[in-house]
Amino acid sequence: MDFLSDPILFLANWLTGLMQGWGWADSFINVVVTFLGVFLVANFGMLYVIFLIWLERKLAARIQDRLGPNRAGPYGLFQTIADILKLFTKEDTTPAGADKLIFNIAPVLSVFSVLLIWAVVPFAQQWIGTDLNVAVLYIVAVGSIGIVATLIAGWSSNNKFAMLGAFRTVAQLVSYEVPMVLSLLVPVLLARNMGLNAIVEAQSNWISIFFWMAPIAALIFFISSIAEVGRTPFDLLEAESEIVAGFHIEYSGAKFAMIFAAEFLHAFTISVLTITLFFGGWQGWGDANPIVGWVWFMIKSMTAYFAVVWIRSTLPRIRIDHMLNYNWKFLTPISLAVLIVTAVLDRVIFDVFDPGAVTFAYVRSGILFAANLIIAWITVALLRRQWSQRPARVPVGQPRPVARPPEVSAEAQSTVS
Amino acid sequence: MVPLSWYLIVAAGLFCLGLYGVLSRKNMVAILMSVELMLNAININLIAFWRYQDPARIVGQAFAIMVFAVSAAEVAVGLALVISLYRRRKIVIAENVDLMKW
Amino acid sequence: MTPVQVLFIISSLALLGLGFMVVTTRNLVRAALYLIGTLFSVAVVFVLLEASFLAVVQVVVYIGAIAILFIFAVMLTRRVMQDTGSQTNSNWPWAALVALLLFGGLTYILTSWSGSSAEAPALSSQSDMVTELGKALVNPDAYILPFEVASILLLAALIGAVVVAWDRD
Repeated sequence: MDFLSDPILFLANWLTGLMQGWGWADSFINVVVTFLGVFLVANFGMLYVIFLIWLERKLAARIQDRLGPNRAGPYGLFQTIADILKLFTKEDTTPAGADKLIFNIAPVLSVFSVLLIWAVVPFAQQWIGTDLNVAVLYIVAVGSIGIVATLIAGWSSNNKFAMLGAFRTVAQLVSYEVPMVLSLLVPVLLARNMGLNAIVEAQSNWISIFFWMAPIAALIFFISSIAEVGRTPFDLLEAESEIVAGFHIEYSGAKFAMIFAAEFLHAFTISVLTITLFFGGWQGWGDANPIVGWVWFMIKSMTAYFAVVWIRSTLPRIRIDHMLNYNWKFLTPISLAVLIVTAVLDRVIFDVFDPGAVTFAYVRSGILFAANLIIAWITVALLRRQWSQRPARVPVGQPRPVARPPEVSAEAQSTVS
Repeated sequence: MVPLSWYLIVAAGLFCLGLYGVLSRKNMVAILMSVELMLNAININLIAFWRYQDPARIVGQAFAIMVFAVSAAEVAVGLALVISLYRRRKIVIAENVDLMKW
Repeated sequence: MTPVQVLFIISSLALLGLGFMVVTTRNLVRAALYLIGTLFSVAVVFVLLEASFLAVVQVVVYIGAIAILFIFAVMLTRRVMQDTGSQTNSNWPWAALVALLLFGGLTYILTSWSGSSAEAPALSSQSDMVTELGKALVNPDAYILPFEVASILLLAALIGAVVVAWDRD
């Protein structure tokens, strides 16, 4: 066991040996090492946010043809650190009439709900907080704590805009949880396991990653996760032009920083979950070394994160009734159809073909991909039929230009010049 | 190892708290919350007996899941009733629901 | 005192304390939040009982759905931020007496019952338990009938809630 083959395990073993040398009890050493691991993962998350915020601002600026942060440090790298210092030195206000306990606990809960997801994410072969056997369900459970945090943040502020943000939160997050959970079930079905590490290990080959078997489920999961984070185009809960800042309007200073950091970390976490569930997580070419796995994990998740930023900086906000229609009339039926088709078809494939054969992975991925294509084609056909039968728009008035340059005659122009 | 009786006593305590809430609260939403406490106490009992009697027979877990379903249904319908009453008669106090009283 | 016992005592104290706050606090949104805390401690107790699947389901169903419904109902059924006045009805001393008597009686029976000191048998691996539970719920020889009845009940509650809360006027 040397350092380069598995640094984390090496350090853990070294620390255990060191503490055993001090004569500490084994159970106590276990607790200390576990706490250090938790500290490591949580702080990796919180420090990584600093980089993520800079990256997102830079990427969004480039996509929108701006420069982005470029003053503090090389390429504006220290801009986020300056922002953090600014936020922490600001006055920590609590609005009059607010429920103080709830108001103060809400930002903590929102960070907590995101960081808890990281406990079950496999970063590399052995680098996983805890290999929970019901990890997928756990992710859903933790997400619901985030909804509670947003809801009580909006309620306790004693502000009507915050309250409207909280109501929108319930409408959006609770509805989008339905297609998210339904599409989460597809990888669970395909891997026949709810543990995240088992799901990653089931995608051992480039052909057997679940994206080929469930592309529609992957897309639905990605879209509904973006809605869960509340980013553009689903940022109705903090729509600046409609309800000022939504649920976090009354927060300032460090508490606002916590909500802000939780949102950015959540955006990265959904990309991590997408690549873990559908793109094979830490699997990739190269030897079975945790460092190689970690590099693959970071490459894949940063690519997914780029897609999140891309969507955010390109699309406008959608209207609230469109948002709900899109969820209940489009995403939920498709994800139900995909779930049922995948469940039946996968079972049939396992019965008809020999699971031990070399070509089995190709056959399975090919058939499921074709089934997904058929579902997509049927969906598009249905949408086209609906579009052709849409009611004709009744014009309520003719557009009138508000201001028009005065029409100047030719001789008047010549006299002026 | 924690003795079985500890779990049962905690569950009994939670049940009695819920009972007190159901009997003493005025607000209908609060009464429903207390009912939730009682259902949770029952769930603790079911799981504790499953764990300590015969874990191979999963009857305790299966019935705990039934309790989840029943309590979700109960809350959905109960809160719908409360909201409907509030809309029509501006009532949230259980004692004021007296249309059927004689 | 083993670590499991310490964890059990902490979580059950939190459970009973938060449960007490649920039934006594005047502010109803706070009561809903204490309810979330209570339900979370119940989930911790489930973890201590090595029923991890049920613990997670508890958090999903109760905190993710039921508690949010409660907070929403509290927000919808009032006009002012603070609840004023007493939240208990006139016969609360009798309610307290009944609850205390019941608790005393149950505790007396439990402490005198011989089976309550039983040791927990060893558990096979956790994932086996989840698989077994899933199989039992759809097994015709086991619990498929209660499972189907529960699903029909949920459907009926879904439709019933929509019909009851529908504002027809």
